[in-house]
Amino acid sequence: MNIFVLMKRTFDTEEKITISGGIINEDGAEFIINPYDEYAIEEAIQVRDAHGGEITVISVGNEESEKQVRTALAMGADKAVLINTEDDIENGDQFTTAKILAEYLKDKEVDLILAGNVAIDGGSGQVGPRVAELLNIPYVTTITKLEIDGSNVTVVRDVEGDSEIIETSLPLLVTAQQGLNEPRYPSLPGIMKAKKKPLDELELDDLDLEEEDIEAKTKTIEIYLPPKKEAGKVLEGEIADQVKELVRLLHTEAKVD
Amino acid sequence: MNFDFTAEQEMIRRTIREFAEEEVAPGALERDRKKEFPLEVFRKLADMGMMGLPFPEKYGGGGADTISFAIVTEELSRACASTGITYSAHISLGGAPLHLFGTEEQKQKFLVPICTGETFGAFGLTEPSAGSDAGGTRTTAVEENGEFVINGNKCFITNASYAKHLALTAVTGEKDGKKEISAIIVPTNSNGFTVINNYEKMGLNASNTTELVLEDVRVPIEHMLGKRGEGFKQFLVTLDGGRIGIGAMAVGIARAAYEKALQYAKERKQFGKSISQFQAIQFKLADMAMKIELARNMVYKAAWLKDQGRPFSKEASMCKLYASEISMEVTDQAVQIHGGYGYMKDYHVERYMRDAKLTEIGEGTSEVQRMVIARLIGC
Repeated sequence: MNIFVLMKRTFDTEEKITISGGIINEDGAEFIINPYDEYAIEEAIQVRDAHGGEITVISVGNEESEKQVRTALAMGADKAVLINTEDDIENGDQFTTAKILAEYLKDKEVDLILAGNVAIDGGSGQVGPRVAELLNIPYVTTITKLEIDGSNVTVVRDVEGDSEIIETSLPLLVTAQQGLNEPRYPSLPGIMKAKKKPLDELELDDLDLEEEDIEAKTKTIEIYLPPKKEAGKVLEGEIADQVKELVRLLHTEAKVD
Repeated sequence: MNFDFTAEQEMIRRTIREFAEEEVAPGALERDRKKEFPLEVFRKLADMGMMGLPFPEKYGGGGADTISFAIVTEELSRACASTGITYSAHISLGGAPLHLFGTEEQKQKFLVPICTGETFGAFGLTEPSAGSDAGGTRTTAVEENGEFVINGNKCFITNASYAKHLALTAVTGEKDGKKEISAIIVPTNSNGFTVINNYEKMGLNASNTTELVLEDVRVPIEHMLGKRGEGFKQFLVTLDGGRIGIGAMAVGIARAAYEKALQYAKERKQFGKSISQFQAIQFKLADMAMKIELARNMVYKAAWLKDQGRPFSKEASMCKLYASEISMEVTDQAVQIHGGYGYMKDYHVERYMRDAKLTEIGEGTSEVQRMVIARLIGC
């Protein structure tokens, strides 16, 4: 089975985000594999171990992304492709990333593509579905269970806390939700072997893509931090009075119509 | 000069830090209270292939370097020093002498199960009247019909309750009026071999520290580790590596204490501001940060020298001596910064202080380290 995992390098969840000059400050920040993509990698490893095949991890990013890609190889992926867009793209968006990934994947023999449900930085959740659309294959998002029998696939999907069971078939793209599995720690032998596993580094030229083919469809107007949380208000008195006061405050202060 | 980690070292650091924070730290307080050995933690470390970290792959090891060993020991010790010393002793006292001095057959038989985590590694040197002074060794091994018959006592032996075999030193004869000391590998389930786990310790309560009693224990002559009469010399080489482990462990404990103190100082408000804004506390924290950085650099330097195959005895002693002494200072100051809370077990720092004390004693006291350094600088 040919398995592909779409992976993104993101800020460490423990980093404090600061903005300088209208952009998010990356100096000295630690970076990790997007946590949802870790579920995707783990699931890919489990599927490969059960059904055989090969896992290729693909990441669109910069030179620095190699660390996260190598970590995926240390966890157990077989090979990796890093599409380095550092020199070519200044402002990309989900369309850009999806287009690049689809361009790479279009002439590959694909059975299963796994991605994270969202990246914890941008949080759009669009890249996976867009790639599937461009490749013209079915996709299921936010999955918590994956069962493959031949080319038949049964997926459990998280729908706002409830579960939806979907039957579909390969080739297929799924995006991983928390609860799908428990990602493994890379093993020491895995870490020591990661360097020797094949990692292809590509640029847009290698995919015959021009910058205008992948120009962002969106424009970022402003980046700002959420307002500082203010002290809460505790209402007192009779319940009926409290309710009245609450409704009044919702109208006047929270501006609920 | 290059202060960067290699890609592997960096990945090992990230992996073991995450593991230590998620799997080791949460139970540390409770294990200390209950004196409970972290078996489950080590089962997971074995699954990750960490138990044979610096040993060759052909023996089931990880083929990683000494710097990686220091990284892992520091991170584990930061989460739980009992786990850290168990790991350090397993590798540097249990595995290393077999790797350094064992025959191919001995390595297959005794090093492989240490690398896979099937058994813990241990080393029997210290006796009631002999530690760094080998002349005091009283355990004897007498040859009889192709066997050694061993009698004697060992004390303060780490990991022995969980070791299927261990190397120990014994007097095998006399040469020019001096005791001839050799190392012998002894299965712990041998007849006449008793492991007593009965110490009441100041700290490192979750680690396993034992007494060994050997009464007519018989092992084949082939169980001799290394050359006859070189047991003590081998032990000194083994300890050089072990000192890097204790140095890393001391850095890990100090870092844990410093991090807790820094966090507490920022949160604790007195006289209208957080105590981290008072210079008295700031200077303590600045000193702690500096000492930890210096100690770690020395640990890495000793480890690096070892990895380069160069002499590293002096640096190993220096890193162990310095790191253990600053670990004691830093943990003491961390308790001080916490005030009354620091004296309470729930705040962790009192445990760090108790645990740190061992690093000034184990694998050669601070005084012995100074003796070693003095000799190596030509006194």
